[in-house]
Amino acid sequence: MADAYIFDAVRTPRGKGKKDGSLHEITALSLATQVLENLRDRNGLDTSKVDDVVLGCVSPVGEQGADVARTAVLTADYAESVAGVQINRFCASGLEAVNMAAAKVMSGEANLAIGGGVESMSRVPMGSDGGAWPTDPSSAFKTYFTPQGVSADLIATLYGFSRDDVDAYAVESQKRAAASWADGRFKKSVISVKDQLGLTILDHDETVRGNTTMQTLASLNASFAGMGEMAFDAVAQQRYPQVEKVNHVHHAGNSSGIVDGAAGVLIGTKEMGEALGLKARGRIKGMASIGSEPSIMLTGPSLVTEKLLGRLGMAVGDIDLYELNEAFAAVVLRMMQALNIPHDKMNVNGGAIAMGHPLGATGAMLVSTMLDELERSDKETALITLCVGAGMGTATVIERV
Amino acid sequence: MENFKIEVDGDGIALVTFDVPGRTMNTLTASVIREIGEVVEAIKTNDAIKGAVLTSGKTTGFCAGADLGELGGSEGGIGGGDLKAAFDAGFALNKAFRALETGGKPIAAAINGLAMGGGLEMTLACHYRVVADNPKIQLSLPEAKVGLLPGGGGTQRLTRLMGVMAAAPFLLEGKSMKPAEALGFKVVHEVVPADQLIEAAKTWVKTKGDPVAPWDKKDFKLPGGGPYTAGGSQVFVMGNAMLRKQTYGNYPAQLNIMKAVYEGLQVPFDAAIRIETRYFLKTLMSPQAKGMIRTLFLSLQELGKGSGRPAGVPHYDVKKVAVLGAGMMGAGIAYVQAMAGIETVLIDQTQEAADKGKGYAEALVNKAVSRGKMTKEKGEGILALIHPTADYANVKGSDLVVEAVFENRDVKASVTKLAEAQLADTAIFGSNTSTLPITGLAKASVRPASFIGIHFFSPVDKMGLVELIMGEETSQEALAKSIDYVLKIKKTPIVVNDSRGFYTSRCFGTFVQEGMELLSDGYAPAIIDNVGRATGMPRGPLEMHDDVALDLSYKIAQQTKKDLGDKYEERPFTTIIEKMVEGEGRYGRKNGKGFYDYPESGPKVLWKGLADLAPVKIAEVDKAGIEEIRTRLLYRQAVEAARCFEEGVITDPREADVGAILGWGFAPWTGGPVSLIDGVGVAKFVEACDALAQKYGARFAPPQLLRDMAAKGETFYSRFGVKTKAAA
Repeated sequence: MADAYIFDAVRTPRGKGKKDGSLHEITALSLATQVLENLRDRNGLDTSKVDDVVLGCVSPVGEQGADVARTAVLTADYAESVAGVQINRFCASGLEAVNMAAAKVMSGEANLAIGGGVESMSRVPMGSDGGAWPTDPSSAFKTYFTPQGVSADLIATLYGFSRDDVDAYAVESQKRAAASWADGRFKKSVISVKDQLGLTILDHDETVRGNTTMQTLASLNASFAGMGEMAFDAVAQQRYPQVEKVNHVHHAGNSSGIVDGAAGVLIGTKEMGEALGLKARGRIKGMASIGSEPSIMLTGPSLVTEKLLGRLGMAVGDIDLYELNEAFAAVVLRMMQALNIPHDKMNVNGGAIAMGHPLGATGAMLVSTMLDELERSDKETALITLCVGAGMGTATVIERV
Repeated sequence: MENFKIEVDGDGIALVTFDVPGRTMNTLTASVIREIGEVVEAIKTNDAIKGAVLTSGKTTGFCAGADLGELGGSEGGIGGGDLKAAFDAGFALNKAFRALETGGKPIAAAINGLAMGGGLEMTLACHYRVVADNPKIQLSLPEAKVGLLPGGGGTQRLTRLMGVMAAAPFLLEGKSMKPAEALGFKVVHEVVPADQLIEAAKTWVKTKGDPVAPWDKKDFKLPGGGPYTAGGSQVFVMGNAMLRKQTYGNYPAQLNIMKAVYEGLQVPFDAAIRIETRYFLKTLMSPQAKGMIRTLFLSLQELGKGSGRPAGVPHYDVKKVAVLGAGMMGAGIAYVQAMAGIETVLIDQTQEAADKGKGYAEALVNKAVSRGKMTKEKGEGILALIHPTADYANVKGSDLVVEAVFENRDVKASVTKLAEAQLADTAIFGSNTSTLPITGLAKASVRPASFIGIHFFSPVDKMGLVELIMGEETSQEALAKSIDYVLKIKKTPIVVNDSRGFYTSRCFGTFVQEGMELLSDGYAPAIIDNVGRATGMPRGPLEMHDDVALDLSYKIAQQTKKDLGDKYEERPFTTIIEKMVEGEGRYGRKNGKGFYDYPESGPKVLWKGLADLAPVKIAEVDKAGIEEIRTRLLYRQAVEAARCFEEGVITDPREADVGAILGWGFAPWTGGPVSLIDGVGVAKFVEACDALAQKYGARFAPPQLLRDMAAKGETFYSRFGVKTKAAA
């Protein structure tokens, strides 16, 4: 089987995912298109050599519908022969797209492929695509459906994370993100998003607040207490009867931000890289996905990490850097607790609590973050993982070459 | 046609009168369903008919819906395996109503009285509904209450008329609506005085008559939107969660209603009713529906008519009753008697105490009057029936005495003597006790044949059950007279034989005890009560224990220990109770300290100190673990009920099931402990209990009776059951 090499990774900055966000006036298609254009232009890519473009997108309706990947291939003026496919593994879609592109390369289906993702949450709001899981009584009832905010609070309750614990984590995330931006740690990957005239409209992550403190967070009310009390706490207790009362600790300040953005990772065989004169920056060492208990939903990362490390014959300590999407603070705290991962190896440059989580794109963005950080800090291996809706986890181990 | 009469007037409007012969109330029998087709055909083919008005020939109401007795009977056929035939039979009602709706001529329903279940569904299939202006008229789809779902288009038409959110309580809880509410919800179109009903309906047919239902029109919009609209999706997402919160997944009817609504609203109407019929049949075939229909409808109705009453004793009209003891129970009994028009002498040691007892009735009556639920005059009349006194001479002339003093043999003996001195030979003496054996109490009586246990439940005005306990010498005549009394105060009687705890207290006790066993096994208390509630019991065993009072439980244990001597089996948990009561002064909810703390404001919280007395060894459980606890809590009660049969404490499965649900809130979805065993299958139940006994001890060991029944392939209802008559 062929090895899958990473030649490049780019991402847009993340714009605040509301009507007053800088990227709200840029279409999702344009975000995906600009990522593809950048990958081509900065690598002098002969796009006819690209076999397939896999893009994650979680709400693939409206302008994100009808296979946004193939549409972006065409608007980016890639060769007509380049195929495109949009995939959905909820929050891990961007990473899954990278894994699928890598798998195509490894299996021989493709010599060169792009894995990435796009989500304009300000233009196509979360949940726009409906879905049977929480709505159809057949699935909602059977799975003890619980909205992910309540699930995150359930994790905090079961594993003993207090409001102070999650807030302290959030403060640190903001600090790290702000320091990383100040230090220029993201500049290799982050492209400037251009407007309709070609002028730069955004060149930095828009939601970072380095001055966040425990005090500023303390004023925020728990976001999920209301819906929990209405019904979902009771649902969670039916599945987890050891819980006397769900402790609602998450709020806008310690959960991932709603943002717009896109990302892409260029992956191919060694031979193709050599033929096109591309320098391999990393190698995809392994990837995995797993299903976990759906009502608590967000405990997949440690499980998929164990599965993947087991398959690679590696131990937790063999990984230099961990990157777990900061969907909610408790999700990260739980993985560090479960696998005994020190905080100085986890999300070293901050995460989605500060910079936001453009659902379909985040996983690919984290690959770029880790690739840059391995090079900057001269480390070898990184594991990227995300918690996933309906109880799943997806993970990828990359290493420098 | 025997059920419908058609008269065409000069304007060409057919008045179709629904009048099932030989019944006081219209029900949807098989012949009615068949004849709806003939009615449709008659309207359609007669060119002289422009449209029709459908009304009822009964003064009792429009139609009470399907005959649950007949439905229960058809269940066997469905279980037989021919699902296609079952579908065709089940779809007949929807087919008939749909034919009414799509016949091409306008039909208005003139609803002159209550319309329930299929009765209401029949009117919903008409194009226009006029209801008589009478707030007593109830319009409802009560199927969910007995474990069924409305199978005549109700899940589809009501939601299309009202929207899903508004329709939910009427479909899922069987809530009923009055004409004015129905008008507000646009379920009916007009509310008019009763004498203008037919005219108003005819006027609509004549002037506006539109023969197309809203949902058959191109521009139809579902109120509130369907499951994949912005507003509608939230209704389903929240609705699914609320449903789980409320039902714990125990009730297939509610879930299937939700599924029928969700799936049905996404397709054209003809497909929607096919979906509804499929879910109707799935529900009907469930053991839950079978048990609930039998217990909560048929048996309850039969017991409410005095089915357990010995024959040959003339009706005993109880006009005057003396209640001894004006405490909480006595006061409640006095109130329900007065409400039933019984002259009541309420006796306590002092006039003041007796007056205080009457105060309970005064408070309830005044509340009803102030809320406009009762007239002032009626309220005064009721209160005038209660005579508080300290003088036993007033007992004279009573047809029956209810003794409701403290659970103390000596006190009971002394008031028995005082009262009996005043009683005529024909009068009955009833003792309200929940634990003391009646035969022993009857020793204080000079007329033990007329001495019986009349066990009320607290609060008396809310609890519908009365457990009658036969002492060794209690006569059949005394039983018959007591049943007449219980029926007069509108309670449901069950009859049991004397034994410690009788039937209800004895079986209920095992639920609380098994909760204690789980605690001493090391389960985290939150697990015990959360799973306890999820079994369908009204409360978890620990919180229930707090409500009953821990010191009471402690005292009963001490007394039982004394009474049983060597036979008393000491359990590890008794020391937990001892330490809580003796060492910690934790008596339960009554002193704000039990397994829970009861803060002044806010909900109760588990007592932190409990972990010291009962260290947690099992802090979490998976699905299998939850199932194990569920089984322990429910089977423990069911196996105790089976022992009561073996010992002859209870003899009628209907009484065992109704008594369990009404008396101690046994999980209603099961249809009662006996229905639970029958539903699981006796052989399988024995096997499960043997396994539990192996693991946890003899308290789960199935009695020989169950083994014999398993060997013979019997069920409780086949072995002990009275052939149930179909209810009218």
